[in-house]
Amino acid sequence: MAEPVERRILRRMSPSDEEIVINFGPQHPSTHGVIDFVTQTNGEVIRRSVPDIGYLHRGLEKIGETVGYPGFMPFTDRIDYLAAMLANEGYAMAVERLLKIEIPPRAKYLRAIAGELCRISNHWVAVGTMASDIGASTPLTHALREREALNDLLEELCGARLTFNYARIGGVSFDAPEGWKEKILRYLEHLESYIQEWDRLISLNQIYVKRLANVAVISRAQAIDYGLCGPNLRGSGVSWDTRRDLPYGAYPDFTFDVPVGQGKMGTVGDCWDRYAVRVLEILESAKIIRQALDKLPEGDIMAKVARKPKPDAGEAMARVESARGEMCYYAVSDGSEKAYRLRVRTGSFMAMGIIEEMSHGLMIADLIALIASLDVVAPEIDR
Amino acid sequence: MRITTALDSTSLTTRYPKTALATTLFFMLALPFLLYAVLLFTLPFNRPESLDAVAQKFGWDLGRSLYRDTFYGIVFLVEGTFVALYTAVFAGVTTWVERRIAGRMQSRIGPNRPGVFGFISWVADAVKMLFKEDLIPAEADNLLFRSAPYFSMVGLTLPFVVLPFGESVIVADLNVGVFYLTATSAVIVLGILVSGWSSNSKWALFGAVRGAAQVVSYEIPAGIAIMVPVMMAGTLSMQGIIRAQGGWPWQWFACQNPAAFVAFFIAVTASLAEGNRTPFDLPEAESELVAGYHAEYSGFRIALFLMVEWANMWIMGALAVTLFLGGWQIPGVSVEMISQTRGTDVFPSLIWFGWQSASMLVFATKTWALVVLFIWLRWTLPRVRVDQMMSLCWKYLVPGAFACFIFTLFWVMVPASVHLASGIAISLGATALLVAFALRTRKNITQVKGASVDLSNW
Repeated sequence: MAEPVERRILRRMSPSDEEIVINFGPQHPSTHGVIDFVTQTNGEVIRRSVPDIGYLHRGLEKIGETVGYPGFMPFTDRIDYLAAMLANEGYAMAVERLLKIEIPPRAKYLRAIAGELCRISNHWVAVGTMASDIGASTPLTHALREREALNDLLEELCGARLTFNYARIGGVSFDAPEGWKEKILRYLEHLESYIQEWDRLISLNQIYVKRLANVAVISRAQAIDYGLCGPNLRGSGVSWDTRRDLPYGAYPDFTFDVPVGQGKMGTVGDCWDRYAVRVLEILESAKIIRQALDKLPEGDIMAKVARKPKPDAGEAMARVESARGEMCYYAVSDGSEKAYRLRVRTGSFMAMGIIEEMSHGLMIADLIALIASLDVVAPEIDR
Repeated sequence: MRITTALDSTSLTTRYPKTALATTLFFMLALPFLLYAVLLFTLPFNRPESLDAVAQKFGWDLGRSLYRDTFYGIVFLVEGTFVALYTAVFAGVTTWVERRIAGRMQSRIGPNRPGVFGFISWVADAVKMLFKEDLIPAEADNLLFRSAPYFSMVGLTLPFVVLPFGESVIVADLNVGVFYLTATSAVIVLGILVSGWSSNSKWALFGAVRGAAQVVSYEIPAGIAIMVPVMMAGTLSMQGIIRAQGGWPWQWFACQNPAAFVAFFIAVTASLAEGNRTPFDLPEAESELVAGYHAEYSGFRIALFLMVEWANMWIMGALAVTLFLGGWQIPGVSVEMISQTRGTDVFPSLIWFGWQSASMLVFATKTWALVVLFIWLRWTLPRVRVDQMMSLCWKYLVPGAFACFIFTLFWVMVPASVHLASGIAISLGATALLVAFALRTRKNITQVKGASVDLSNW
């Protein structure tokens, strides 16, 4: 029998007489879910911290092989519950590629609008919890208040506030309700002015900047080597965004900037850069939503798809820019109505690898900042 | 259609925001005031003359009888009980005030159910804490674990002996008052260390070691900064220091001397660190150390720790008010005027009691203002890191406090007219800063367009 993972991780710890091994988690206020960071420290200074993941493994990929193509859609919500729209979209795209169908343009636009609203909502949680991990509790509730407005908007669209189950294979489940556009525009106007207050409250707060600048600097080369993706990759100064560089859905029609870390407060790739990239992405998402609402075409929201689609034998992969980085769905069909193999690659999982490398020499409070700045969500790691 | 909840229609707070604010302020001032009023009215009785005067009225001659000692004992017991009770009541009221303020700052509601605007929620919390299981970890050092909260309690209660509250309202005006206060309030760290060590938990140990390093370090800048007003007054007695100041802002020590103005900020920062308040809440650092030194505590014992933390804010505020902000001095009323109204009778006149009450009100208002400032800071600022906390202390506060100390050595030699000029200039400058701050805040708030939350659906 294989040795349990915990035992293997503990064996790698070699505390001297002056060092202790301490478990950050699995129940800890700042691990963003059930993750255990086995940490060897000398007082406040960390020698090595190894993430022990898998506490939230629910075998979702295996479920995908047993429930049939449309049936797996609600499960994708549970992969990344903070950005469920984007997880939906990725899975729908993978199956659509397998079925070789094109979806109506209105569905593409609705997916983009809903996805970007969801990205803003996710980034509010990300920056809010990061502030809370650094010790400021007020920004978190303000961020949640902003997210509440977004939840209301998405609830109006699809009836759910967290696990949306909005995308369908071949389109989306509901059309935009009446007056939705005006409500979104009103919120975006508020959002763009609110970001300035947010920056005054926390982003540029001297204590906050001092806590994050030059902490856990991930260089450009390291970020690429460790396969970081999304805001974590862009925080290290790598300008890569799947929406721009491998455009999908309605994204070729929009113009937007891809914010990258510039080391404004310290070094490129420090915790503050990863944080700032997220704040700037909120504004870019707002830009995309405005364009999409302007150009929103009329027409159907669903392509013609069989109730139980049976794709030809083959394989397909879809890459979407989720809120936590590039999310890849890989589906293999054997010609039946269930996937032969379904795999998901997620951003949080990729972020786990670099923690051991970065943790050496950090202080305990810095490790919390590093974990928060990588914006990990435990169910997305374990699936 | 969203179901209407307590958020909108039923809540008194949202219907009458101004009444809610007024009630909050009333309770904030009334409770400490009432408790100390008891002290004020019992104080004349703990003198032998007043006791004899009462006895003579009834035609008794107490002489040196046992009754006299018994009565004496009872009066002291009542006074002591009220001073000790004061910490509990103040801590309780502060939890409520803090949660109300935090709710307002965080665009949520805060406690508003039990009593008027949720005022009794602190009693409910205390009762809940009493009924919780008092869990002691199997591996913990039983005796030390159980006793640790009492170390903190002692450290909290002893300073109240020398804390003034009004012109004549003080338990004991020791001639080494300031020294006694700094010495006894340091006992709190003993509770932190003992609890952290005896819990036999790594998190608690981290918290305790951080706490010890922090409190002991910050005592140095605090101690030196406190010496500035002591030098200006020429006494260590708390009441003596207040008597050396005046009621108007330019008569306060913080304004009379530029170095004291700086020392005020150093002392307040250091006392934030000694009281483990944000941004220096490292010993319990919720997001890092789970709960720090009290991670393993539950029930009544954690209630004691939390009570110490909150009631300690009164000590922090009262000390700063005493040393730098004129204490209980009523603007325009000198100490002589108050003592003249006392009369020659054994029992003071009613006017004297009126002045005493006014001075208590002034002191309570000033202290509450500082306590609200501490609460405000807590809900605004992030936490500093442990090395930043140390470097702030040793690189900036200690040299700064020394500079203030040396400056004051020379400042006490300049004539009183310079003190007055400096007092007016600094108090005007401080007022201008406050106004600018308020205007800027207003501008910042109005910059955000639209309601913060889309209420059209509610």
